Amino acid sequence: MSHDHDHDHDNELDPFAARVRALETILTQKGLIDPAAIDVIVDSYETKIGPRNGAKVVAKAWLEPDFAAWLKRDATAAIGSLGYTGRQGEHMQAVFNTADTHNLVVCTLCSCYPWSVLGLPPVWYKAPPYRSRAVIDPRGVLEEFGLTLPATTKIRVWDSTAELRYLVVPMRPKGTDGWSEERLADLVTRDAMIGTGLAREPA
Amino acid sequence: MNGPQDLGGQMGFGPVAPEKDEPCFHATWERRALGVTLCAGAMGAWTIDESRHARESLHPADYYGSSYYEIWIKALETLLKRHGFVSDRDLAAGKAVDPAAKPKRVMKAENVPDVLAKGGPCDRAIATPARFKAGDLVRTKNFHPAGHTRLPRYARGKQGAVEAVRDGFVFPDTNAHGQGENPQWVYTVVFDGAEIWGEGADPTMTVSIDAWESYLEPA
Repeated sequence: MSHDHDHDHDNELDPFAARVRALETILTQKGLIDPAAIDVIVDSYETKIGPRNGAKVVAKAWLEPDFAAWLKRDATAAIGSLGYTGRQGEHMQAVFNTADTHNLVVCTLCSCYPWSVLGLPPVWYKAPPYRSRAVIDPRGVLEEFGLTLPATTKIRVWDSTAELRYLVVPMRPKGTDGWSEERLADLVTRDAMIGTGLAREPA
Repeated sequence: MNGPQDLGGQMGFGPVAPEKDEPCFHATWERRALGVTLCAGAMGAWTIDESRHARESLHPADYYGSSYYEIWIKALETLLKRHGFVSDRDLAAGKAVDPAAKPKRVMKAENVPDVLAKGGPCDRAIATPARFKAGDLVRTKNFHPAGHTRLPRYARGKQGAVEAVRDGFVFPDTNAHGQGENPQWVYTVVFDGAEIWGEGADPTMTVSIDAWESYLEPA
């Protein structure tokens, strides 16, 4: 979908920006919302709750078989042990890529996404092209992300139709033996945890 | 409802357009839209199911012509009016004109970290045992309810296998309409690509949905 609001400043001439501002004004004047709460929410998702959280979960799972087993058995608790809890991550499931099977996550009905570990979803995840095609042509979708899987690899698409939120655990790249958790986490991209990418190869 | 939100398998939207180094927000108003939506939801007057239904109830032309935050704000106006917090006169004036209903709570800035960290779990204890177990073959219902449902059209009337029994969860089909939580068991049900898409389906793909128990019958 096209977006005509690609400026990064308030523009009084933009009708939609004005509409949102009017709504905020009305709710604030009626004492229904605290505008300072909006600032805290925005700051949380811009600086604290994002894909770095998920990358840490994945790197730890690569390094610690016990943690990986816990993540497989009870992802909500395992992820919660690292401090990542709450909104749109209340009921987590971790799905592990293998040499045979690649996992891909979508929400065809809205934009369900594991906020607690990945932050806010990217625009394409919420837009019709991805939501319509991920379930019928996953290979074609992956090609558009530059990912060509072997013809024999099975693809499992997870449509997030209920309140379970899915985190893909990509395979650990070769050539990373002895790497620290921090260094490994740098290889784990947001797309790798949605399934539209793989973990980065070491440079 | 068979609304614009039910996108699985629809065609004609063109390629996915991944954006390199995508920013968290694309405009200042999107930041405010996210925050206003979350703060308004925190008043406790409606559920996540009701808000999803308000979004999917936009006219299809409006839904497809709107970015996701635009959809959120348009639906939010509907919810705020429905629950007596905002009037058409307020919106026309761009400022508070009419009195508002009393919210259950107002989220203050200092409460935000706790509220986000706590979230809104919607698993519920269920007194009755689960009807299905992992490995069972099931068939999804074929229905076309006018109200909210989380069984997508592409997965109706299809045979699949129960892969996992999850927990009991609030039933969105009633909860969205203020008819109670009525929790049911939720199952992850996996389908072969060919069962869903028939001729020409990718033979290497499977797709799963998370389905409430009443969406399923034994196959």
